[in-house]
Amino acid sequence: MSSSAILGNVEDKVQEIESVTIRFAGDSGDGMQLTGTQFTNTAALLGNDISTFPDFPAEIRAPAGSLPGVSGFQVNFSSLDIRTPGDEPDVLVAMNPAALKVNLPDLHDGGLLLVNENEFIKANLDKAGYKSNPLTDGTLAGYRLISIPITDLTFNALTEVEMTKRNKERCKNFFALGIVFALFDRPLEPTYKWIDAKFGNKPEVADANRRVLKAGFDYADTTEIFTTHYRVRKANLAPGKYRKITGNEAAAIGFVAAAEVAGQPLFYGSYPITPASDILHELSKLKNFGIKTFQAEDEIAAMGATIGASFAGHIGLTGTSGPGVCLKSEAIGLAVITELPVVIVNVQRGGPSTGLPTKTEQADLLQVLYGRNGECPVAVVAPATPGDCFGMAVEAVRLAVQFMTPVFYLSDGYIANGAEPWRIPQIDELPKIDIKYHTEREGFLPYKRNEETLARPWAIPGTPGLEHRIGGIEKQNNTGNVSYDPANHDFMVRTRAEKIARIANFIPELEVEGPPEGDLLVIGWGGTYGAITTAGEELRKMGHSVATTHLRYLNPFPRNLGDVIKRYKRVAVAELNLGQLCMLIRSRFLVDAVSVNKVAGKPFKISELVTRFKELL
Amino acid sequence: MTESLKISGVSDTPLGLQRTDFISDQEVRWCPGCGDYSILFQVQSVLPKLNIPRENLVFVSGIGCSSRFPYYMNTYGFHTIHGRAPSFATGIKAANPDLSVWLVTGDGDGLSIGGNHFIHVMRRNLDVNVLMFNNRIYGLTKGQYSPTSEFGKKTKSSPMGSIERPINPLCMAIASEATFVARSIDVDTKHLAATIERAARHKGVSFVEIYQNCNIFNDGAYKPISEKEVRAENMLYLEHGQPMIFGKDRNKGIRLNGMKPEVVTIGENGITADDLLVHDELATDPTLAYLLTQMEFPTFPVPMGVFRNVVKPTFEQLLADQIESAQSAKGKGNLEKLLNAGDTWVVE
Repeated sequence: MSSSAILGNVEDKVQEIESVTIRFAGDSGDGMQLTGTQFTNTAALLGNDISTFPDFPAEIRAPAGSLPGVSGFQVNFSSLDIRTPGDEPDVLVAMNPAALKVNLPDLHDGGLLLVNENEFIKANLDKAGYKSNPLTDGTLAGYRLISIPITDLTFNALTEVEMTKRNKERCKNFFALGIVFALFDRPLEPTYKWIDAKFGNKPEVADANRRVLKAGFDYADTTEIFTTHYRVRKANLAPGKYRKITGNEAAAIGFVAAAEVAGQPLFYGSYPITPASDILHELSKLKNFGIKTFQAEDEIAAMGATIGASFAGHIGLTGTSGPGVCLKSEAIGLAVITELPVVIVNVQRGGPSTGLPTKTEQADLLQVLYGRNGECPVAVVAPATPGDCFGMAVEAVRLAVQFMTPVFYLSDGYIANGAEPWRIPQIDELPKIDIKYHTEREGFLPYKRNEETLARPWAIPGTPGLEHRIGGIEKQNNTGNVSYDPANHDFMVRTRAEKIARIANFIPELEVEGPPEGDLLVIGWGGTYGAITTAGEELRKMGHSVATTHLRYLNPFPRNLGDVIKRYKRVAVAELNLGQLCMLIRSRFLVDAVSVNKVAGKPFKISELVTRFKELL
Repeated sequence: MTESLKISGVSDTPLGLQRTDFISDQEVRWCPGCGDYSILFQVQSVLPKLNIPRENLVFVSGIGCSSRFPYYMNTYGFHTIHGRAPSFATGIKAANPDLSVWLVTGDGDGLSIGGNHFIHVMRRNLDVNVLMFNNRIYGLTKGQYSPTSEFGKKTKSSPMGSIERPINPLCMAIASEATFVARSIDVDTKHLAATIERAARHKGVSFVEIYQNCNIFNDGAYKPISEKEVRAENMLYLEHGQPMIFGKDRNKGIRLNGMKPEVVTIGENGITADDLLVHDELATDPTLAYLLTQMEFPTFPVPMGVFRNVVKPTFEQLLADQIESAQSAKGKGNLEKLLNAGDTWVVE
């Protein structure tokens, strides 16, 4: 498909290709995330389908030039409908030897390698562990190496500009960006616009960045370092208005949308944690929506405040990652027994313990389902793509308030930070969320349930005549008074479980992509959607009878999951953990499901899934 | 004075509530003779004076003997988890600042497992009334030493004596920027009621340490100061603007000697009431209040009453103000605009 065109020596001046994957890599202080984001924005505005994968270290600034300090941003842009940031980059931009060392193994054989040769000096080579200079020792013979003195050229472009040397040097990422824009025949205007907006109050900085960007572009154009330029046409996306969005952005505005359609204020209590903090940042900016954000003293307080706000009638939302969920667990149990609606966002990262804070993983599924004392059922939903983070946020709130229950929202670092084009929905397309606080005194009992959903009434302080006490001690059915009665406890445990089970009647049935029956069904959940779905498509193109399906609802499962499973000879569950969903599916449906898994802090590649699914056929 | 600020949840029309209106239908299950009964009675007695309708009152607690309190109040109540009540109260007040929220905690709940939340609810100046029942022991778990137990205290979990020094709750509250800090004791019911009422009328966080006797696991912890016959000698009742005088014969006082307080006798060595330290609960500087927290029995009489009482904006007010100013600057949030923000493009 893609990129093989880049790899060959094509003589045409402008070559059209379908998809390209570029990775920008450099020191964490080199601005690689920004460079990648600017390239992505331009690609999105030109109508390409895009998918991004920012990959950065947990340390804010590891020692300059060191291997742990390497930061990367991968973007796949295409004229086709794509779902992943690409398995292997076709183009690697390496701003220093460490970036080359870390990223070269991923570069496509024969891929284009653009390096800043000024950084390939002895000290930096030593830090990266190179004994000799890879630019000259033949290491890179299998790639199309383009070695450019980017730092020198950046200084040259700024000779007339009054600025410190340090600040001039900081512009060099834009020189690299200019070169890549030239290679792919992209306009500079969107980046100019961004520079002007960003540095509006520092005109000298804006001017320097513009100059350097243009200089990089012109350098590539006039020196003819590329014999060929590549063009990627617009993608055939569904009609509509689009914007580029990351999963965390989509989640944040999804929760705002949920509160707006519900007509009740949102309370967000959170403690900063990677990779969930961006949700706190986004919501903190939106106070004009009446959103109350609270940066708590710790994870437990964030959960407590969220439950308190819910008790008082707000839509209670908290966000964290796995270590934070550990701390919140006791309070979540309280929300389960007091049957208050809260949504807990867990943007999963590598574990256990502090683990890999900036890397992705899906190993918290069993934690959120079972990581509390007692029989403590909660609903669990999981968005599948960055854009899907919006819709599932609305769903999480809908289920929480309709069933008076905590709902876990399992995102992950990959979709939270990754971006894709998102078709902006119309307000009237959003599901209705109906919140009714109980006000009727006659016959009021705090635990008298709705017959259909088993939800208890939401009776908020300030409502005359409904004064009542709730708490963590077992409740007597209906009255909610403290009860140690064995039969009552048994009844209440089963009722809380039944309430969650009944959610299955209020969520969509599961759909499959591919044949409705056949040889292999692959089940996935969460951020692996793109890789699994694309792998399934590729296998079907090869003639295999493979279907894929993706669970957005993990507790309860969609009501037809058992029926779907029965229609295939084999079932595989692909996930970034040691087989947690697989274990659940095996125990629930007594099916000999096979686990296809990886726990490397990295997303699945399409190619590795194709290989492993093939082995099951 | 802070008392003039309108307190949360108050009705404009007289409600004519009685103490009995605040008694819930739940049987009180503290041990007979427990100091908690007195505190419950006093809170239920004070509430009618505040003219807050029952639906606007929320009692929030953590875990421990004291934390069963909300079940016995005929108001809204939330018996939460160990040590975390301040966080729940923060969410409740943020969501609805018009509620009168009370936190009931103990020395274990509030200072040990909940020590962190204690600090933060104080510095946040959340408009809640914090009643800390300090019995210097763990009661509900049957008699282990608490963070306020004396050094060397022998308990079930410290048979050779506690090797940790006790925390001074008032000192912690002051260090955490609490705006109202007071102390009272279960057996001095009149003083207790008056202190609770003043705490309730303070806008902002009010912290009241209540010396409370656990007659099962730490009986008589406060006997040396609380017995009727020694009370006047061993307690110092703080009164704003008044010299610090105590003693059965009202002839003893506290004088400041350099940075140190000392006990003096009026009439001896030419000392008159004019030489005594005058209490100033309104002082913006917390030094005097801190000094008072350091006066411990038997070197000093134990100060009782309001140590500190200053006015600062409350957390929930500042939160509401930010929303209001964001709305007046940017206009009320428009979902359509939010969804369509940033660079967009249309696919035909």
